[in-house]
Amino acid sequence: MIFSYYPGCTLKTKAKELDEYARKSAKVLGITLEELPDWQCCGAVYPLAQDEIATRLSSVRALVSAKDVDRDLVTLCSACHHVIKRVNHDMETNEDIRTKVNNYLELDEDYRGETNVVHYLELLRDVIGFDELRKKVINPLKGKKIGAYYGCLLLRPSKTMEFDNPENPTIMEDFIRAIGGDPVIYPYRNECCGGYIALNKKELTQERCNSIVASAIEKDADMLITACPLCMYNLDINSTEQKLPVYYFTELLAEALGVK
Amino acid sequence: MYTAEREMTENVLRISNVNTRKCMKCGKCSGACPAFDKMDIHPHQFVSMVEKGDIEGLMNSKTLWSCLSCFACVERCPRNVEPAKLIEAVRLSVIRKQGENRLKADDIPVLLDDELPQQAIVSAFRKFSK
Ligand code: SF4
Ligand code: SF4
Repeated sequence: MIFSYYPGCTLKTKAKELDEYARKSAKVLGITLEELPDWQCCGAVYPLAQDEIATRLSSVRALVSAKDVDRDLVTLCSACHHVIKRVNHDMETNEDIRTKVNNYLELDEDYRGETNVVHYLELLRDVIGFDELRKKVINPLKGKKIGAYYGCLLLRPSKTMEFDNPENPTIMEDFIRAIGGDPVIYPYRNECCGGYIALNKKELTQERCNSIVASAIEKDADMLITACPLCMYNLDINSTEQKLPVYYFTELLAEALGVK
Repeated sequence: MYTAEREMTENVLRISNVNTRKCMKCGKCSGACPAFDKMDIHPHQFVSMVEKGDIEGLMNSKTLWSCLSCFACVERCPRNVEPAKLIEAVRLSVIRKQGENRLKADDIPVLLDDELPQQAIVSAFRKFSK
């Protein structure tokens, strides 16, 4: 099965492992991820303002590029997924934005949100299936107590993201079970790490991260997993009181599949 | 409302596309907000102040710079008001003015460390500069 793939800029620099392990694992699972030839940075923040068109264009270009080859678009970074999925939703449902973007891009055919945007975790759940994944595991992560850190961007707003139950998600815990680990459910797993203010309000970010890590430790987690490079940085660097090792979920996946 | 006030309010409503009249003042947005105690004006109050047209007061509030854009308020609101969009619209009303950027390129080098992902810099610029 072939999918278009949007890695995003951080996966080409600071978060190379997130990308590398995803590709290696996909191969074992019979999935070909074909990187879009001409992608640009998504901007890392979904433009909440209805009057911003320029900040939506790079997402639309990626979506159109996948549409042109008639493939679903796979994302991996939580922020890229959030931005591209929501811009796609705008293109599908918001006539004002759709008209302005199409007028600007002058495509052969107007883009109307036709591309299906799929996060790598959704690919595992909905295309491969966790039962199938389990069969391919050769190094089960036995005895490892793993806390899934969802954060905000994959889950909210759930009406648009349609990723999982925003208050009580299960996809990452099901993933952990499939690779042989023990999921740890802790209250702060879908609380914000303070990503956008990591640069200019560090104390507040640290407060957020300390609460999240403390909450996971209280429930006996040995480690945390995430899909977001900024969450990874924050949980790792901006937790100042207690520490837990933090991994990208793709690293554990590659380990379980024996391709790390 | 004075004309200037009305213009500012209309601008915020246009940028956000939020209908403040849907709000039933239940306070669930504020109950869900992880930055609640860092704000002088809490999310449900923010919605009411936009409705009353007090944009000036909101432009001077700490709330603009404490909101994490985490969308907890959006998720929990039973009336789909989307308070985070109003906060963004007022924040933009401030930083879109000349000289009002809260993060400048010159500020960045001292804030960097070896682990900082590009995403942190790009997103902080999007949130705090125009
Ligand atoms: S949750 Fe929604 S309806 Fe309730 S106070 Fe907040 S904005 Fe208003
Ligand atoms: S988006 Fe802002 S106002 Fe809404 S819950 Fe998060 S921090 Fe609070």
